[in-house]
Amino acid sequence: MVYLTRKIEFSASHFYHNPAFTPEENRRVFGKCNNPHGHGHNYVLEVTVAGEPDPATGMVLDLKELKEILQREVTDRVDHRHLNHEVPELAGKIPTSENIAMTIWGWLATRITKGHLHRVRLYETPDLFVDCYGGAK
Amino acid sequence: MKLHLTRRYRFAASHRLHSPRLSEAENWRVYGKCNNPHGHGHNYVVEVAVTGPVDPATGMVANLADLDSYVERQVIEAFDHRNLNEEVPAFREQVPTTENLCIEIFRRLRGFPHARLARVRLEETGLNSFEYFGEDGPQP
Repeated sequence: MVYLTRKIEFSASHFYHNPAFTPEENRRVFGKCNNPHGHGHNYVLEVTVAGEPDPATGMVLDLKELKEILQREVTDRVDHRHLNHEVPELAGKIPTSENIAMTIWGWLATRITKGHLHRVRLYETPDLFVDCYGGAK
Repeated sequence: MKLHLTRRYRFAASHRLHSPRLSEAENWRVYGKCNNPHGHGHNYVVEVAVTGPVDPATGMVANLADLDSYVERQVIEAFDHRNLNEEVPAFREQVPTTENLCIEIFRRLRGFPHARLARVRLEETGLNSFEYFGEDGPQP
């Protein structure tokens, strides 16, 4: 088995707010991330696909194909967007890195048909990242 | 879904690699310049990974403020700008290699109450790093 990783970047804004919490609870739990005007990050996404190289091409899957999938399924949906307001799959959820990574897993898992999606690693900053390995919800 | 949340922290510390079980000559042969009796230091980077279910109310495996304050208290305050041989009890008996330091950090963090500690990865320099998953190794 070979693990192939492709990296992309996107920039997006968000804020954390749970309507079931009081304003005080929201501030206590989410801190400055609760600012209703939002803030943003330069996210870095690493997508790892596991598989056996095709003997005819030597590739697990064609990187061009993976690049197109990532552009269509991820970049076009989130780059320069407000994650709270413009991504239907995140509606009603707090757009934490955990929830974004799981959403991206959902977008990609069935689209990658050569090899299989092994890991989605999402960096919110260089010092904070989430790894999603899929599995039962 | 299986999720790991990882946060990177930094501390600077000095140490000397010297084993009382080895002769002076053996210490020099094994540890080389790391055996310098005056010690030397590193800018360590530690990655702390925790895992668990995502709380639907917060969208989080663990609140970063809780993780940051726990790591600060358990690790950074104890190690940052310290001499590991002289100021960390675990290294009175053990050689403070990055292997042993990685295990010691895991031991200090395993009691984190809000999520399960899955992995500690410690960079001694940008060119070498060590990972520890606990006695039982990586969990599925």
